[in-house]
Amino acid sequence: MAGYPAWDQDSAQSIIAGLAHLEGATLPILHALQEEFGHVDPQAVPLIAEALNLSRAEVHGAISFYHDFRTAPPPRRVIKLCRAEACQSLGCETLVDELAQDHGIVVDGAAHGDAIIETVYCLGNCALGPSALVDGELIGRVDAARIARLCDHGRRDS
Amino acid sequence: MSALTPIRIFVPIDAAALSVGAEAVAEAVAREAANRALPVEIVRNGSRGMLWLEPLVEVETAEGRVAYGPVTEKDVPGLIEAGLIEGGAHPLRLGLTEELDWMKRQQRLTFARVGVTDPLSIADYRAHGGFKGLQKALALTGAEIVQTIKASGLRGRGGAGFPTGIKWQTVHDARADQKYIVCNADEGDSGTFADRMLFEGDPYLTIEGMAIAAVAVGATRGYIYLRSEYPHAHRTLQRAILKAEAAGLIGASILGTGHPFHLEVRLGAGAYICGEETSLLESLEGKRAIVRAKPPLPALEGLFGKPTVVNNVLSFAAVPWIMEHGAQAYADFGMGRSRGTLPVQLGGNVKRGGLIELAFGISLREIIEDMGGGTRSGRPIRAVQVGGPLGAYLTAEQLDVLMDYEALAAMRAMLGHGGIVVFDDRVDMAKQARFAFQFCAKESCGKCTPCRIGATRGVEVMDRIISGREVPKNIAVLRDLSKLMIDASLCAMGGLTPMPVLSALNHFSEDFDRPQLPLAAE
Repeated sequence: MAGYPAWDQDSAQSIIAGLAHLEGATLPILHALQEEFGHVDPQAVPLIAEALNLSRAEVHGAISFYHDFRTAPPPRRVIKLCRAEACQSLGCETLVDELAQDHGIVVDGAAHGDAIIETVYCLGNCALGPSALVDGELIGRVDAARIARLCDHGRRDS
Repeated sequence: MSALTPIRIFVPIDAAALSVGAEAVAEAVAREAANRALPVEIVRNGSRGMLWLEPLVEVETAEGRVAYGPVTEKDVPGLIEAGLIEGGAHPLRLGLTEELDWMKRQQRLTFARVGVTDPLSIADYRAHGGFKGLQKALALTGAEIVQTIKASGLRGRGGAGFPTGIKWQTVHDARADQKYIVCNADEGDSGTFADRMLFEGDPYLTIEGMAIAAVAVGATRGYIYLRSEYPHAHRTLQRAILKAEAAGLIGASILGTGHPFHLEVRLGAGAYICGEETSLLESLEGKRAIVRAKPPLPALEGLFGKPTVVNNVLSFAAVPWIMEHGAQAYADFGMGRSRGTLPVQLGGNVKRGGLIELAFGISLREIIEDMGGGTRSGRPIRAVQVGGPLGAYLTAEQLDVLMDYEALAAMRAMLGHGGIVVFDDRVDMAKQARFAFQFCAKESCGKCTPCRIGATRGVEVMDRIISGREVPKNIAVLRDLSKLMIDASLCAMGGLTPMPVLSALNHFSEDFDRPQLPLAAE
């Protein structure tokens, strides 16, 4: 859970230049920018378009199509909570309700302190659900209390 | 064995095992062993697939590997005290891993090495039969390899079940300056995790299968399109590809034959639709993942307009075994037109969930009740969804159906990627039907109207049914809408979303017969 550096047009430019030779380089570039800065700033659009000989519309279209890409910096902690069928069968929707009622934390809502919880559909941990991906680490058999603690932990660390 | 020979202890590095504390267990074993100056080598293996027993710790003994599980960090000092390194008695001791009922009942061809070897060790991979299939393939012509795959009866494991050999034949026969091998690892179906486990537990197998495909059809570049929800598998695959290149297995020359095969992993970005092969290709090209109309087939005009083999992870992973043991040996497993084995993934509300590889033809009941032990909650099974979010819901009475493409299709269900999700009697099937539309609305690529608009209308119709408003009329609308989506959608996303909906409606109609909810003051 590292803080991200502020968007920097020069270092974005060098990341783009380093990957532009790939076939179909758009997604690798977007992932690399998001890994570096935590998001893909709209200022990147003309840079990518120029480097890959695409229109800005095509680049913007790719960024906006995929759920993963953010256009603003994320909170310090991102919790991706699985709400697909296997986790539903193990009560993930009850978990979501409990988070709201008992802890005031709204999934897909505003950040809770420095943490945000987002819905994802399947983390591939379907026999040990409900599951969540917390800063890239997979956790299984979660309940609302544990998710709430993880949110608060994100806040304390900041 | 001399006192200095370290004893090998296996603690899985599979993401599912990590999700329930395997990292802390591995650290505790290392710490306790160091404290007692015990000669121990910790191997981070894949998971054996007995996920309810994770973290499953194994120790190598003269009799074979002895399993303990589920082990927590706190159990470790006691386990070491009880003589874990000699396979000593302990309440968590399960016995020899290979003798456990769950393992003995399986026919592991694709998953033979998963959990057994050190995933990234090429030496281990070779020692357990790795690259034998590729070596055999290199002695054959492309046409002979294609013929072997055809004769094995292998069908695409992604869900559609298209014969793999015929697809390869088309690419083989196409003339082009560049051909591609693309592995579809966008394992988005809820209830599936076989691709993830295979990548984390035995990454070289799929790489070997893709290299064989490259030799067969004359392709020189390959991509593995992996979903971004699998960061652990991504790390393992990236390392495996680098190691395979360094060892000369792929890269400029496959095993020194002069046939180049450059392989890259590409990460998806959270779009379920990318599991559809043409949208996956668009995504690899760097575009919005909008489904293409077929024809042209990807086999003729695929990635960047070039002939492309697009296969699922499990299809490629079946290939080395087929090449090593022969087409007939593979075809001897299975039933009807479903030949070979299927790695079944058992999840959801089930007592013993995990990975089960078996020849086609076993009944769902045997898998869920005998191997799975019923629900984790202990309540009665009410519904089982097979084949992911686009698959049908079956009732507890329908579980005698056999795992076979045609048998499931005959009851308007589908096998898909082999995922099984169990629900107990608290499930509300009208809400599950609503979810199917909601998921489709969120994940539709938007190209065709039946899917893009139909999914949203479907959510609205289900909301009216759930709130008890004019239920019979709305059910008529629901059936009409479903028919339209089935008949007129461009791809399986819109075309199959009605499958879970209609199965819920037909088999669990009582959940759709709702009393009218009191309306808010208007």
